[in-house]
Amino acid sequence: MEMVLTEDQELIAKTANDFVKEKSPISRMRKLRDQADPMGYSRALWKEMAELGWVGIALPESVGGAGMGMSELVVVVEALGRSLAPEPFISCVGLASAAVLELGTEAQQELWLTPVASGEQTIAFAHLEPETRYEPHAIQSEARREGDGFVLSGRKIQVLDGFGAEAFVVVARTDGASGEAEGISLFWVPADAEGVSVERQTLLDSRNAAIVQFENVQVPQASVLGEPGQCGEALERIIERGTVVLCAEMLGGMSEAFRLTVDYLKEREQFGTRIGTFQGLKHRAARVFMEIELARSCVMAAARAIDESSEDASKLVSLAKARCSDAYILAANEGVQMFGGVGMTDEYDIGLFMKRARMSELTLGDANHHRKRWSALSNY
Amino acid sequence: MSDLEKFRQKTRIWLEENAPESIIGVRFTELDGNWGGRKAEYGNPDMKVWLDRMADRGWTAPTWPAEYGGGGLSAQEAKVLSQEMTALRIPPALVGFGLTMIGPTLLRFGTDEQKQEHIPRIVRGEIRWCQGYSEPGAGSDLASLQTRAVREGDEFIINGTKVWTSYADKADWIFCLVRTDPDVKKQEGITFLLIDMETTGVSVSPILLISGKSPFCETHFQDVRVPVRNVISEINAGWTVAKALLGHERTMIADTFGAGSGRGKKRSRGIMAEHALRYLGEREGEVADPVVRNEVAQNEMDTRAFGLTVQRAKDAAKAGHQPGPESSMFKVYGTEINMRRNELAVRIAGPQALGWEGPGFDEEEIALTRDWLRSRGNSIEGGTSEVQLNIIAKHVLGLPD
Repeated sequence: MEMVLTEDQELIAKTANDFVKEKSPISRMRKLRDQADPMGYSRALWKEMAELGWVGIALPESVGGAGMGMSELVVVVEALGRSLAPEPFISCVGLASAAVLELGTEAQQELWLTPVASGEQTIAFAHLEPETRYEPHAIQSEARREGDGFVLSGRKIQVLDGFGAEAFVVVARTDGASGEAEGISLFWVPADAEGVSVERQTLLDSRNAAIVQFENVQVPQASVLGEPGQCGEALERIIERGTVVLCAEMLGGMSEAFRLTVDYLKEREQFGTRIGTFQGLKHRAARVFMEIELARSCVMAAARAIDESSEDASKLVSLAKARCSDAYILAANEGVQMFGGVGMTDEYDIGLFMKRARMSELTLGDANHHRKRWSALSNY
Repeated sequence: MSDLEKFRQKTRIWLEENAPESIIGVRFTELDGNWGGRKAEYGNPDMKVWLDRMADRGWTAPTWPAEYGGGGLSAQEAKVLSQEMTALRIPPALVGFGLTMIGPTLLRFGTDEQKQEHIPRIVRGEIRWCQGYSEPGAGSDLASLQTRAVREGDEFIINGTKVWTSYADKADWIFCLVRTDPDVKKQEGITFLLIDMETTGVSVSPILLISGKSPFCETHFQDVRVPVRNVISEINAGWTVAKALLGHERTMIADTFGAGSGRGKKRSRGIMAEHALRYLGEREGEVADPVVRNEVAQNEMDTRAFGLTVQRAKDAAKAGHQPGPESSMFKVYGTEINMRRNELAVRIAGPQALGWEGPGFDEEEIALTRDWLRSRGNSIEGGTSEVQLNIIAKHVLGLPD
């Protein structure tokens, strides 16, 4: 694994950073929040991102994607993370599309992912339940066989970007008890199917999330993903992909929060001098710098490990999420502290990063969860 | 077949034919490798045979120019040589500060005459070097050093004391920072000087550490006469030379601590996990104490993240990016991980970590305790963590003074 960006990746990064500067400053996200926009993101901008090839960057050419990998996707998402861009990369690309890729037949992939890659439709990953927390297999939603297909019932919470999504990839149980890998099944359910209801949730970062209720929803055989009851292992791979995309966004967020903080240390004057001259702050800033550098290495390594199907990939994903969780929280907390009083005001952007840091820390497993997972994967 | 592959084949054949059988598979720690020098003692005479054979080809210093006795290999060829030696479990023929510190410095700053005099003798392991930087009154503030060098004709007369001179008692020459001008800004009156330890007036006394015996010494200079031609670069330009060498030392220290657990095959336990299972027991395949289990994971993950970052810096360098002052973070982070690892290991061992020597403790437990004590120096030696954080704040983040 080469831990350096290729020329192509450098170019993608530059394009994405330029795009963010021009079209997606933080003020855009702020406006969506202040207008209480129900989508929470811009469908028009999402379409533009798709046209630039970003939505389908890691999708196969057969569905209109670029056929690249996670190593390229993370470069794009990191740039968007810098401006807190709320477009649904984690949910639609990282999780739901990954599920169709991991489990879908070629026909299913072409049918469902082509409109995703082109930006026409978004899809969401309906996984989390009140009891799930971070255990992928703690699922109670049930699908029972009926005729050729299944009937699905269950309640999903915090379905990221679930409001307005055209379809859901739903994780349910056809057998076994909550917590067991055995019996896990995945289904494709259009949002307008009979028995599906979507209720917008309001989370602290103001991004799109929904409670999605499935009541006796008829799922035809053609909408079953993979082998029913045998998808527990695949579910972990899907979540790993989504986790790395989330980590990339976190990396961008913590980098920008830290950049704002360092700039402030160079400007703000107290006691007749710039506060960046104080060693008490310098050393803390230097420590945040180190943590972000380490997080960056872990995200690069995790993305490359997935692209190379390395047997180390699961551990590296947990390494990346644990480090990004801790480092983003550190960068945000230190940022607000170093900004002082104004850091507590809604007017300053640093607080927005703090909210997003907490959101992303507690999504798809916090650092403690991923340390436990690392231990289990290391056989102790 | 590419030239590099041909080189690999030839190298392997040569190694197989020339490495004495008795040294194969011998594993050295940094401390008991072959340091060479006039006072070298060879427990196994084959080690000397091995040194001479490697030195004949310049392969003790594979990338150094052949005109000074080095191997003249490209970086790629040197990597192949190292890979083949690892694969055949052949230990390095020579280690030490000549190869890692003063040699590269001489190649960069020395005159042709100085290179001719010293480099071949480093390559052959004939001269062992030590470093005279710190003084009792000049630690983190190294530039305030006071060892005086007063010129008298073609000689300097040296008076003063250096501390933390590792292996001064075993070294043949010392590279030193001395004050040649006390009346200018402190960095501008320093000269980089090479001194033969056998010169009259040089004496050495060992330092006992909290961890027990140590390689550290104090080195005293009393009216020591050194020829002016032993100055590296210009008189009063020693600080530039010193900084170049220090950067190298910090990378070396970081490399030492960068390697470690957390790598390797899927589902294989690391050393710290085994250690925790040994002292705390196992419950359903897990370390019985969940808090310690978490701490072990944290330490392994810190180590892995750090290793990946060192790798990233190396890959960036290979891709032609200049290494910057961010390498300061390697010194801080690498040493601090090692210190936390030692703290954790001692706490896991519990009362069995309390032995100093004698009955009731096995060798490993005694080493654990000594290693922990010794590790407390990691964030002090080679530039304290605080100094490194200052460097990051100023040169990487651009924070004002």
